[in-house]
Amino acid sequence: MTSKRLILNPLAALARSCRSVSLVTPARHPYISLAMSDGSATTSFRHRHLLGIEGFSPDEITLILDIAESHVEPNRQPDKKRSLMRGRTVINLFFENSTRTRTSFELAGKRLGADVINMSVSGSSIKKGETLIDTAVTLNAMHPDVLVVRHAESGAVQLLSEKVNCAVINAGDGSHEHPTQALLDALTIRRRKGKLGGLTVAICGDVLHSRVARSNIQLLNIMGARVRVVAPRTLLPAEIERLGVEVFHDMRRGLADVDIVMMLRLQTERMQGSFVPSTREYYRFFGLDYEKLAAAKPDALIMHPGPMNRGVEIDSEVADDIDRSVIRQQVEMGVAVRMACLELLGRDTERGNGPALP
Amino acid sequence: MSASATLFRNARLLDPTSRRDEIGEILVRDGVIAALGRRVDAPHDAAIVDCRGACLAPGLVDMRVQLREPGAAHMENMVSASHAAASGGVTTMVALPNTTPPIDEVALVDYVKRRARDIGIVNVHTYAAITKGLAGKELAEMGLLAEAGALAFTDAECAVADAVVMRRALSYARTFDLLVMQHPEEPSLAAGGAMNEGEMATRLGLPGIPPAAEVIMVERDLRLVELTGGRYHVAHVSTAAAIEAIRRAKAQRLPVTCDTAPPYFALNETAVGDYRTFAKLSPPLRSEDDRRAVVAGLRDGTIDAIASDHSPHDQDSKRLPFASAASGIIGLETLLPLSLELYHNGHLSLLDCLNAVSRAPAEILRLPAGVLAIGAAADLVVFDLDRPWRISEKAFRSKSKNSPFDGRPVQGIAMMTVVGGRLVFEREG
Repeated sequence: MTSKRLILNPLAALARSCRSVSLVTPARHPYISLAMSDGSATTSFRHRHLLGIEGFSPDEITLILDIAESHVEPNRQPDKKRSLMRGRTVINLFFENSTRTRTSFELAGKRLGADVINMSVSGSSIKKGETLIDTAVTLNAMHPDVLVVRHAESGAVQLLSEKVNCAVINAGDGSHEHPTQALLDALTIRRRKGKLGGLTVAICGDVLHSRVARSNIQLLNIMGARVRVVAPRTLLPAEIERLGVEVFHDMRRGLADVDIVMMLRLQTERMQGSFVPSTREYYRFFGLDYEKLAAAKPDALIMHPGPMNRGVEIDSEVADDIDRSVIRQQVEMGVAVRMACLELLGRDTERGNGPALP
Repeated sequence: MSASATLFRNARLLDPTSRRDEIGEILVRDGVIAALGRRVDAPHDAAIVDCRGACLAPGLVDMRVQLREPGAAHMENMVSASHAAASGGVTTMVALPNTTPPIDEVALVDYVKRRARDIGIVNVHTYAAITKGLAGKELAEMGLLAEAGALAFTDAECAVADAVVMRRALSYARTFDLLVMQHPEEPSLAAGGAMNEGEMATRLGLPGIPPAAEVIMVERDLRLVELTGGRYHVAHVSTAAAIEAIRRAKAQRLPVTCDTAPPYFALNETAVGDYRTFAKLSPPLRSEDDRRAVVAGLRDGTIDAIASDHSPHDQDSKRLPFASAASGIIGLETLLPLSLELYHNGHLSLLDCLNAVSRAPAEILRLPAGVLAIGAAADLVVFDLDRPWRISEKAFRSKSKNSPFDGRPVQGIAMMTVVGGRLVFEREG
């Protein structure tokens, strides 16, 4: 293996993230320009797929965020189209309904100049599990460069990745991981707070069923943040503290002096009597309103992966608070982060289609 | 072995019942053991088999095997399972009733017996269902089924969840002195679960099955055993808490027995790794503490027997996202070497180890098997105790290849299997 690592100057990285706070980032590209300046250089990014945050190093996450940062400003210009992935094919393969994530990936691919195809496989036709592998094998024969996959079952995206030659990005698998959501959350935080390390983040709500929570717990721990989870006991998985979180069951205590409040969506089918007795009881004890938010730092940010249940896990006014809520920025950063991921995994087709890297 | 008599010479005779462990000879005539000892007198025309110092023990009695016949012959059938058994030193298999249709009628017990007789490789017996259609509601015709030859009663991989049904099953079974075997899992706690509840499941985002689901069912049943006096057997026990409950019940002299399967003492939940569906079992692989408790239960005799839990599944049932994949692994061909790990690792004496896979299950099911004694059926296994080898799915004779032990280095291998005096398997080289 010829893995010459790109040495990311830590000072330069720091300078970049500091500059990013000003929200004015020159359109430049640290990864590509450095790689080009030395024709043989490869980056320290040694993953063939993006299946989850688990296993990533702080450098690798920083690299993705830096590249994503470089896409933010161009995305605000009238001409958003780049040609970094011209000729590459990206297939969005969604076994589970999604508008936001699929659209975000589609825009990301198109802005990079790739050809993007959307495939939605309806719930009923995937009941026969062999369809998953059959679909993978069929799509693989069409030589895509990147497959973006969402599936209702944990581990399904990894299973699929074992059957194809192209790069695979996990757009959410069951209750396992949703890595691009964690990355876009990290970028959103970094732009507002200038850093991730040292922050205290409270993740609140249905952690049990949440892939967003798992990816965020992984990422924030890797980057040196302190992570708390706040939820009723029925919505926390067993031994969650082993993932490196502090566990709270009371919002005021859990939110005390935190820098970031991340709310999770409570799925409708879990509201009535099965995991919590009722929507109104949930809102009373775990819904984010100004009263509970008062325990957090005065400049604490409010995040939500969307779509929100207003009046269930979050009060409408809080969600729309221009000073505190960064929910819309999260959506914007989603496109930039997905561009970075597509680019890293799909631009270098030779690597993308090569043998699995360690 | 065309001669009427065969003399196995130079064998290390191992008999768990008499505790015999000596180099000697054994004479087989007309399908039964005619003589055994240091030296035995053999007729002049007896065929001679030189065992070259290898171990000779009662053939293994595998008390829980899924044959997939009738109903799923693409996964396994009685012929392929019989060959798998013979090559693994198993001379008696007891089939679970979860076939399609399930074995809940006399005609189906007859079918299994007839097929087994026609195939005639190893001995095949069957359980019958406790409840019609394994549905957990109405009792099957236990008396008639037993008369037809069903050895004992179980709803296989379904727990009898309803306490009233279980009470009546135990009570009715006692009328005829029959054994009831339970899959120990409270279904409502295990519903939707894919693996053991804990850190691994949390990391993988898989729905967990709490270990308490096992002990809750076992404790409930033990109270019903107290109430009814019915003979009760716990299948594939996998948790420390359930083993402790059974230990206490045995101390109270309740009519309780139990078994475990090799994955529960040879693996723990970490074998699931990155969603390896071959490590998906029911009950699920448990924590390391539970695994140690299983070993301890075997050591102190709380766990009576080891069964393979042979559960063949084809690729389409296993190459699925973890939660959708079928549960279970094949085991006929790995029962002997994996059980011998307990001996090689110093957990069990060789005779105790062999007892758990031959005499003990035979006693639980009241089968005249698992003994080396004059007049006993000549169901024998000759095995090389120390030979190192690597389990390989390519070598499996079973139609299905779903084993998490593929590639595992083990010690001890069956060289020869004899059923009713006939050589049904001989390993080359």
